[in-house]
Amino acid sequence: MSDAPASARDVVLGRIRDAHRLAPPPDLPYEAIARDYRRTRSASTDELVELLVDRLVDYKARVRRTTPDELVATLAAALRDQGVQSVAVPAGLDAGWLDGSGVAVRRDRPADGAGLTVAELDHLDGVVTACAVAVAETGTIVLDASPDQGRRLLTLVPDYHLCVVRADQIVPDVPQALALLDPVRPTTMISGPSATSDIELNRVEGVHGPRTLEVVVVTSSSDSGM
Amino acid sequence: MLGMPTLPPPAPRGVGHLRGDESFPAAARHALADTQLRANLGHATRTIRAKRASVVAELPDWEELREAGRQLKVHTMAHLPDYLEQLEAAVTARGGVVHWARDADEANRIVVDLVKAKGVDEVVKVKSMATQEIALNEALEAAGVSAWETDLAELIVQLGHDRPSHILVPAIHRNRSEIRRIFLDEMGDVDPDLTDEPAVLAGAARLHLRRKFLSAEVAISGANYAIAETGTIGVVESEGNGRMCLTLPKTLITVMGIEKLVPRYTDLEVFLQLLPRSSTGERMNPYTSMWTGLTPDDGPQEFHLVLLDNGRTQVLADAEGRDALNCIRCSACLNVCPVYERAGGHAYGSVYPGPIGAILSPLLTGVEDNASLPFASSLCGACYDACPVKINIPEILVHLRARHTETYAEEHRAPSAEAVAMRTLSYVMRSPLRWTLALRSGRFGRLLGRRRGTIGEVPLPVVKQWTETRDLARPPQQTFRDWWADTHSGDPS
Repeated sequence: MSDAPASARDVVLGRIRDAHRLAPPPDLPYEAIARDYRRTRSASTDELVELLVDRLVDYKARVRRTTPDELVATLAAALRDQGVQSVAVPAGLDAGWLDGSGVAVRRDRPADGAGLTVAELDHLDGVVTACAVAVAETGTIVLDASPDQGRRLLTLVPDYHLCVVRADQIVPDVPQALALLDPVRPTTMISGPSATSDIELNRVEGVHGPRTLEVVVVTSSSDSGM
Repeated sequence: MLGMPTLPPPAPRGVGHLRGDESFPAAARHALADTQLRANLGHATRTIRAKRASVVAELPDWEELREAGRQLKVHTMAHLPDYLEQLEAAVTARGGVVHWARDADEANRIVVDLVKAKGVDEVVKVKSMATQEIALNEALEAAGVSAWETDLAELIVQLGHDRPSHILVPAIHRNRSEIRRIFLDEMGDVDPDLTDEPAVLAGAARLHLRRKFLSAEVAISGANYAIAETGTIGVVESEGNGRMCLTLPKTLITVMGIEKLVPRYTDLEVFLQLLPRSSTGERMNPYTSMWTGLTPDDGPQEFHLVLLDNGRTQVLADAEGRDALNCIRCSACLNVCPVYERAGGHAYGSVYPGPIGAILSPLLTGVEDNASLPFASSLCGACYDACPVKINIPEILVHLRARHTETYAEEHRAPSAEAVAMRTLSYVMRSPLRWTLALRSGRFGRLLGRRRGTIGEVPLPVVKQWTETRDLARPPQQTFRDWWADTHSGDPS
């Protein structure tokens, strides 16, 4: 035994061990935990797109559907309708996407330059990104800071977020989305625009995050009968 | 060599918000007299109950998810030391700094020192039950640091010089016109033509806090869960104030109870389905942020994680009560509780109100410091049905009532009124003769109940304690046994 005073760490861990000896916990190995909930549902791309769109609209996101060929025109139309004149884009966003949109594009951390500052972002009208995965059942877009989604602050400070989801990125449910994600990447799950339920427990859209979320779902012509 | 295990200490007195100034019955009396409060609570809880029921009904595997959530928590609590050490190693490996706090005082000291070392006099905060529990804002204030609450409801509470009354929606006791009044009186920079439209009120909060978000150097948050395997921390929120705090400041300090652990990243598939549907009645909350230590050039570049005990290890030592630690703070039990709906959150004294508070607060502080809370329930069981991790709250309430009765008898060298009543009843019921005589004496009750048809308060010592809050039906003229004897005399069966 040493005479040095025990560290808080040792004390807390010691207390837990004491608690376990005073009241031995049940023996339930990790592998024995019952997981009888749905984990491997499948659905057609059409069904997934329909469900995702339904859920996004229900939580007040705007939705446009398009095809790869029409994507550039669809993005330009979305930005025009929103009255957006300047956008931030992450370093790895496809440079062709905003061709001919007529908006001023500020690229974050381009190969030859620095990142956008918070103050700069605060003066931009919007941000355009891709996503990592989308969850149909909950209407959730997941960003994992990949090059085409960028740093977390990009999709937070501007008031309008335009997000492109490819149909093959949509999974049915939360378990299947998590299976595709890398935990150590900074991850943001977004379900509709910023909202609050703090006043009389009614949901109201638009507090600190982007007050408008617009999602463009890209279905290739082979994905659907369109 | 291990010695005899000692019972871990409760959350210390004199710091934090786990103990009320008055007992539940006394505090509830003020609340019940406030008709505006009752109307606000009734409206809000009815709204959320309907929303929750509809999104829960969408999932055919809800019961299987609840059971998985329960088992995950039971497993985690049984392996807490291993998982905490794993979490510490993972966070440290990714550039974070882990601190351990035995109690509220130590946690407050750690955070205040970290903030002072940054040389700032204000911090932004994401709503966190743990920091409310330890009264971190007061500790920061005492050290000359202003703590800005950024969650809308927390802001309403802070501006209103008020106390939170709900786990999820701390300002649930306020309606829109009261909130408008608070903003007009306290915000300073607010538009005088502010209406009471919720969207307009939310817009005012956005403007009010925006400059703080964009300039804050240090943020303080809680955690909804921490993944032992990866060191990933998650915060679930709606407004984006969480994302602002977790992303923009250079330094992030997260205070988390040691029970908030989840073994592996995959396990979130259970809690990310249970939590939003149970709390705000949404399929998914608008924003969930997850981070693992530091990421170069993205988000805070200094991260501290404070692991808080503050009585939790004592809860763990109570075999019948420890499931209270499995709570994921969704507040579904508050919204379905008939007692909470009428009395409101302030009556519980602690930052943890409602059914979960009625077990968690006395478990954390020791039953005698919150002795009235286990009795603040009708044991109807709605909370157990609503709990996403199946905490058997009614059973733990009964267990704590027994603990209180035993402790009371020991400390006062005299049994409580309930103990006397139960012991007497047991004596009477052991003998058929005594039981028959006792039933017949019920006729005495007919005299007491003569005027109203019910028996109200009976002003006798001990009896008064029981009868002052209960009405008893006037007993019938004849007991069942007498009636049976009269009508079946000579019956051959």
